[in-house]
Amino acid sequence: MEALLFNVSGGFLEGIVRGYKAGLLTQNQYNNLTQCETIEDFRTQLSATDYGNFLANEPLPISTSTISDKATQVLVDQFNYLRSNAVEPLSKFLEYMTYAYMIDNVILIITGTLHGRNTNELLQRCHPLGIFDTMPALCVATNVEELYHTVLVETPLAPYFRDSVTAADLDDLNIEIIRNTLYKAYLEDFDAFCQSLGGPTAEIMHRILAFEADRRAINITINSFGTQLSKEQRAKLFPTIGRLFPEGNNALARADDIEQVRQACEPVAEYRAFFDSGSGAGRPNGQGGSESTANLLGDLGVSDELGAAADLEDRFFVHEVHLNKLAFLQQFQYAVFYSYVKLKEQEIRSLTWIAECIAQNARDRIHDFIPTF
Amino acid sequence: MGLYSSYYTYGLPTFLAVVTALYLLFTGSGEAFNVGQFLEETSPYAWAATGIGLCIGLSVLGAGWGIFITGASILGGGVRAPRIRTKNLIRCVSLQPSAFPTSPCSSIIFCEVVAIYGVIIGIVYSARMSFVSPTLIYTRENYFTGYALFWGGLTVGACNLLCGVSVGIAGSTAALADAADPDLFVKILIVEVFGSIMGLFGLIVGLLMISQASEFTAAVAPAVVSPFVH
Repeated sequence: MEALLFNVSGGFLEGIVRGYKAGLLTQNQYNNLTQCETIEDFRTQLSATDYGNFLANEPLPISTSTISDKATQVLVDQFNYLRSNAVEPLSKFLEYMTYAYMIDNVILIITGTLHGRNTNELLQRCHPLGIFDTMPALCVATNVEELYHTVLVETPLAPYFRDSVTAADLDDLNIEIIRNTLYKAYLEDFDAFCQSLGGPTAEIMHRILAFEADRRAINITINSFGTQLSKEQRAKLFPTIGRLFPEGNNALARADDIEQVRQACEPVAEYRAFFDSGSGAGRPNGQGGSESTANLLGDLGVSDELGAAADLEDRFFVHEVHLNKLAFLQQFQYAVFYSYVKLKEQEIRSLTWIAECIAQNARDRIHDFIPTF
Repeated sequence: MGLYSSYYTYGLPTFLAVVTALYLLFTGSGEAFNVGQFLEETSPYAWAATGIGLCIGLSVLGAGWGIFITGASILGGGVRAPRIRTKNLIRCVSLQPSAFPTSPCSSIIFCEVVAIYGVIIGIVYSARMSFVSPTLIYTRENYFTGYALFWGGLTVGACNLLCGVSVGIAGSTAALADAADPDLFVKILIVEVFGSIMGLFGLIVGLLMISQASEFTAAVAPAVVSPFVH
């Protein structure tokens, strides 16, 4: 039934986003890129793809962070085009997608302000997709109380703060716990919104968001081994929309080592495969990007565990790419917009990895990225 | 949508119908609800004209619905892959010599053909409507013509509505698939051909339904015995 009226408001943008998706790098193009000797070669190869001449005006030598920023800007331009042409409920859906980046930006600003950093520097380091109008107001606050009230009033994230974080928490609790609390509230809210849309959107988005919830639960558990995070505190950070809810979440809350995490994931067939050690599935090391759950409280200690955690992270990325590609198999739904942004981000991470390997001449590890197609 | 919107949509008309029925019943005018009298009294013109109106109206609704569904996707897909425009709008360029010859039609044309079927039926049905004075119109043959035109028109209209929508949705998928991979277009076009055959079925059945219906003819005045004949 969604096919009858979806095209009234969403047909054009769905065509646009599928066009964007057709421009994602293929395996051939990745092969060409990995064979580049220098960054200039890399730039020339990229100009033949959908990226075009986005690096044309950069003075040599080009740093990898510039490449990453410019590529992200391409994605931001595409996203803003979609957003400016969207009407309800697609505009609300796209807004929900930006909340994830807003959470990162708000946490960045809060941390920076509490430590007395420069406003402009903080604003420059914010992710462009998560910028909202009243962000500079956050930098003006001087103490925690003011900051909390500013956040409650000025930001679109106010409902997530109101329900789960109090003014006292902003001071005492570690900033990562706040980030994860906000993200849990955001995921659950996003999932509820998608369910209210109904149809294939609800189905596909629930699948993707449930995996995201389980991934965060597993990451929080693993990263909290050997830290001061108590099990009750840990359990409060797990989102409730995942496939591991409720038994898996309870088991993860009680887990003390990787073996118990593996047992908690036994009921779900796809997650079982993540913990198989030494199999050929997945690539050894991926680009971490700005994963906030990576270092929850202190470091992980043993480097062996670090290698295993990175491997697991890679397998999460592979599965996420798989789920996002599946979203394109159905027409007349909104999940294609979400999936496209995630796939593009993964592509930018891969590009940055390849550029890094070229720049540092570490060609043996240049194939350790996750291709999208 | 409100929580109780389904209560309003189903409850209110039911309530009104029940109140009206009970009112008629309790005021002793239950006989006023007389289906047979209604069918006998209503002019065959009313039935015929309503049928033709529904025929063309629903056909155009189906065609328009299909066209906008396909058109929006062609617009979106054509931004990155401009080559899909001609193929999906006017004619399909590649006629495979090996496969069975596909007619040079595109999604939009298939949708529009549905409206043309409605027009054809409208014209054919209108030929059955001729002028007869109101006192002489109530004959058995005219009743039959009136009912046949109404239900024939409704049949063709409904068929074309559903056919147009189905071809439109398939056309939208064809446009986006073509934008991704040019080989897919002809294959999905075959799906659309089968969809548009549905409209043809409606046309055939509509023609069959009125094949026995003559045009409106005046009643022959009954023979009167002449008072001068003994």
